[in-house]
Amino acid sequence: MEMNKTLSVLVWIIVALLGAVAVGVVAIHRAEPINAMWLVVAATCCYALGYRFYSKFIAAKILALDALRATPAERLENGRDFLVTNKWVVFGHHFAAIAGPGPLVGPVLAAQFGYLPGTLWVLAGAVFAGCVQDFVILLFSVRRDGKSLTEMAKEEIGRVGGFVAYTAVIAILVILLAVAALIVVNALKDSPWGTFTIAMTIPIALLMGLYLRRIRPGKVLEVSVLGFILVLLAIWGGQWASQNPAMAHVFTLTAPTLAILIIVYGFAASALPVWLLLAPRDYLSTFVKLGTIGLLGIGIVALHPTLHMPALTRFIDGSGPVFAGKIFPFAFITIACGAISGFHSLISSGTTPKLIARETQTRMVGYGAMTAESAVAVMAIIAACVLQPGVYFAINSPAGIVGQTAAAATATISSWGFPVTAADMQALAHAVGEQTLFNRTGGAPAFAVGMAHIFSQSLGGATVMALWYHFAVMFEALFILTILDAGTRVARFMIQDALGHIYKPLGRTSWYPSILATSALIVAAWGYFLWQGVKDPLGGINSLWPLFGIANQLLATVALCVATTIIVKMHRARYAAVTLFPLTWLVAVTFTASWHKVLDPNPRIGFLAQARALAAGPSTGATARLIFNNRLDAAVTTVLVVMVALVLIESGRQWLGVLRGSKDARVKEAPFVMTQLAEERG
Amino acid sequence: MSRLVKSARILLATLLATLREIFDEAAYARFLDRTHMPSSQAAYAAFWRERESAHARRPKCC
Repeated sequence: MEMNKTLSVLVWIIVALLGAVAVGVVAIHRAEPINAMWLVVAATCCYALGYRFYSKFIAAKILALDALRATPAERLENGRDFLVTNKWVVFGHHFAAIAGPGPLVGPVLAAQFGYLPGTLWVLAGAVFAGCVQDFVILLFSVRRDGKSLTEMAKEEIGRVGGFVAYTAVIAILVILLAVAALIVVNALKDSPWGTFTIAMTIPIALLMGLYLRRIRPGKVLEVSVLGFILVLLAIWGGQWASQNPAMAHVFTLTAPTLAILIIVYGFAASALPVWLLLAPRDYLSTFVKLGTIGLLGIGIVALHPTLHMPALTRFIDGSGPVFAGKIFPFAFITIACGAISGFHSLISSGTTPKLIARETQTRMVGYGAMTAESAVAVMAIIAACVLQPGVYFAINSPAGIVGQTAAAATATISSWGFPVTAADMQALAHAVGEQTLFNRTGGAPAFAVGMAHIFSQSLGGATVMALWYHFAVMFEALFILTILDAGTRVARFMIQDALGHIYKPLGRTSWYPSILATSALIVAAWGYFLWQGVKDPLGGINSLWPLFGIANQLLATVALCVATTIIVKMHRARYAAVTLFPLTWLVAVTFTASWHKVLDPNPRIGFLAQARALAAGPSTGATARLIFNNRLDAAVTTVLVVMVALVLIESGRQWLGVLRGSKDARVKEAPFVMTQLAEERG
Repeated sequence: MSRLVKSARILLATLLATLREIFDEAAYARFLDRTHMPSSQAAYAAFWRERESAHARRPKCC
């Protein structure tokens, strides 16, 4: 026994030392390119230490996890929503729900600052903020019969908290869906191969839905494998489509055309029965997602590529071409999902708490799954930084910044100290089967090129680089379109719930006039922002991604307010720093970012400054619309910040009241019931 | 060796159970159990009638 303890201490000392050395190398190394394995080792050690020590400290000292307390999955088990489930199964389920395109796209965009800022934020943010948020919200929801974040905010903070959480969720969904759609548009514009492949996934999903319904009811894994094979055929067929003049003409689409098609698709996906399109696409996307993430991880470890991006670039001063703004606060809102994402709190208070068998498992599921998500973000940083910086900037910079022609773009980027030639870019575009890779903003194409670079070196060589590139594009677009389907539906239900209080039939989710009206409303909302992004001369991502980052991190602020309030009410105020510290950091980041986005005098950063610059410049047909859009973005940001400030004030009043003894410190937990489960399942 | 095989079996079984849960196969099996229906087109349609709202409300992160 004593021997085991000594060995354990020794192992953890080695992990700590190794982690310190790896983080040190990543942070200090400057002279020449660094190997990606340093990032992998640093991340692995940080996650291991965070999980073993920090999450255990939170579990023991603050949350006092109780293995004897029956969870809602046991007490309310109904075989549908509430169900005692093996902890590894819940872990997989939770991870599949939280892992979206965010941890892939955000780190790629933030790589314009160099590999260091993103890496440090992903590691520290996950260990001290993101994992903590997911863990504590999951446990608090488990102790409240699986209640949602908005319900907990209403009960623990007050009506203001509930209203703001609800509004923030709707706002985030609208902006998220617009950004997601914009990323797909940018990845597919003028790309007949990619467009053909993604277009084919729609009939494949419909076929899967019909197969499940009519031929082999319930055999989802079987049909997912079949769907995956068909998708691989579609990728292969895309090459043929891109080389056939007639087909290439049909599938070479401009950004506005793609935007209209995606808006129509979003409406159809929201209004059609779930089993026909949404569910099969969800299965297919999850199947591809889990497989690809695993494959990418293996590829990085096996190949351990060299990162060509420097640790820090000149763009930390805020003049970056990918998006404008200094490293603080913009790196911290650009990378959300890999470090901390408010959206996760919806999942931690959604399906997952209804499946947990024991309170003690919330640590592994909540904290543990977020470390896995963060590891995906580290992979994305690596995929972006294996590219030559000149290539990275040529792909990710909008034409409005670097110039309209290949010669102008390469000259501008080379003048920044990142040499690249038009011939290099043409050769790369040819290798991946595209006509051009210039101005492919949004992060997805750069990630796809990086991923294809890694995959092609491990499997198949340069001859199959085009197939890997389009596999990566398909993977991301499929991923993102699933978010569009699911997000539009979720928002539609939320609006129907709210409208049901005004006029009852509007709340009925099976009443077609309500379905069509609310679907149209939500699609029009994100479609408007998408259209704004497509028409933006700076590429759209410059405006919309920060707006999404701000909205997402503001939701995390609300979640951490709820968590801190509950911790204070549990008489654990002396440990409240565990949530208060990330909360303070997020308030500093989001409020500063919002201030810049609204009021910064630089037209590339501030919405109002851009509106003024447009008004002062030459007037075109689109000027009035662009001015209005910038003012609208400023108004949306301001409204969100004011609402979250109200939640902060309300939460602060609760904390002070409880600490002074003038407010009731009782938490709204479900009463304790002793578990009847004989032993821990799983 | 047998311990290794046993561990591999447990790992595979857990992986399969996870996939079955993520892909709703387990939910369908529970539905059939609960309603005492054999698997059929009608049973799957009934399963989706019950599940549609819950599935569509399930948030998926960015």
